[in-house]
Amino acid sequence: MSTRRNCLVENDWICGEYVRTRGQDLIDATAQHLGITAVSVALGVLVSFPLALLARRRRSVAGAVLGLTTVLYTVPSLAMFSLLLPLFGLSAALVVTGLVLYSLTILVRNILTGLQAVPEEAVEAARGMGYGTVRLLWEVELPLALPAVLAGIRIATVSTVALTTVGAIVGHGGLGTLILDGLDSTFKAQVLTASVLCVLLAVAADLLLLGVQRLLTPWTRARPERGRTRTRTAKVAEPA
Amino acid sequence: MNAISGAWDWLTTGTNWRGESGVWHRLAEHLYFSGVTLAVACLLALPLALWLGHIGRGGALAVNVSNVGRAVPTLAVLVLLTLTPLGEHGDLPTLIALVLFAVPPLLTNAYLGMREVDRSVVEAARGMGMSGGQVFRKVELPLAYPLVMTGLRSAAVQVVATATLAAMAGEGGLGRIITAGFNLQNTPQVVAGAFLVAVLALLVEGVLVVAGRVCDPSPVSRTRPTGPRRGRPACRTSRSGSNG
Repeated sequence: MSTRRNCLVENDWICGEYVRTRGQDLIDATAQHLGITAVSVALGVLVSFPLALLARRRRSVAGAVLGLTTVLYTVPSLAMFSLLLPLFGLSAALVVTGLVLYSLTILVRNILTGLQAVPEEAVEAARGMGYGTVRLLWEVELPLALPAVLAGIRIATVSTVALTTVGAIVGHGGLGTLILDGLDSTFKAQVLTASVLCVLLAVAADLLLLGVQRLLTPWTRARPERGRTRTRTAKVAEPA
Repeated sequence: MNAISGAWDWLTTGTNWRGESGVWHRLAEHLYFSGVTLAVACLLALPLALWLGHIGRGGALAVNVSNVGRAVPTLAVLVLLTLTPLGEHGDLPTLIALVLFAVPPLLTNAYLGMREVDRSVVEAARGMGMSGGQVFRKVELPLAYPLVMTGLRSAAVQVVATATLAAMAGEGGLGRIITAGFNLQNTPQVVAGAFLVAVLALLVEGVLVVAGRVCDPSPVSRTRPTGPRRGRPACRTSRSGSNG
């Protein structure tokens, strides 16, 4: 044992030995983290689309939906997860539900902004060509709202990656669980490695979605003068 | 609905409010952490952001600091700071983490507020012979006020949320009632603590909304044509900072 004076024993912040010996833990936690984030954002998008469409139709609904999601957003994450405890128990469903509720604030707002920014002439022209409501939505309004929608998804994804860590309180926090366990056992390498991985996940997800955004909305780069107004709308929704 | 009546019982039991782990003491800790760090964050971020906005530089920094703030998990920072030598100094790691997470919304919103002031208005003020300082005080600051207040609200909500998480890193504050409840597998206590935290966060937000209206230097700014539409998405997303 005396020859094994390695970084695990020394409790160093950076420890290759930790990554080698506990690689499986890290992979499992990362997989759980990614799963929770992906499911949450996907459900968030599925829920926020109908909400945004309803909000667009009626001003009173818009006020109620935006007001309610803002209130939800104000609730601190630990309190949100705790309030869901009686409904879900100690489960991943609890974490996902909390994260979906948070993502709604950003997603509904951005989808609504995107839809409202669709030029009236484009809608009129499509109507004139005989487009029905559904086709109008799918083929004209959604594509034009896409930059704002994707900007919203990016923001929601990055903050969801970070918030997932709080799920550690119910044992389903992905890398957050490793961070919290590392605190209990003052295991520095585990805390630092999991924290860095978490930030890397957020950055990777952001870049991936940026790539998707570029791929799906080539016109935002094609024409400089229009491009500028487009990125402007995306920017407005983005700065934070 | 057992949980709700259980939480109600917990909240209406006098002994839960007294003593060192009672609600009053935890609330005092929470307000102390939040108040001190919000004040420090304002002192650090607002002068810098307003100055950068006035001279029109450093936009990338002001905006990106928020993007970075969103990607970094609050829990990770709290735990990391607790494990550093700083952790031996009691509340210090928590206070530092709280300041770190309060700065981005303040910085970004105040900067954007200054930059979104109509350039033609600033030019006109210059044309009238106002000095740089006068333009800043009489034109830019009043027009930037709504977004500065939005930043302050987001920062305050962020601080309250982060102070709650500090309990997971072993610190005090109202979050401690929640974490203690988890440790004791006492669901009513968890729900009661969460309820208190949620109410506190909403109260802080509400008080700041009212204070912002009362102190508004120029009532016109709320109805200016570009303000609300452009201002709102920006401020909303800045609050997406994270809930801690």
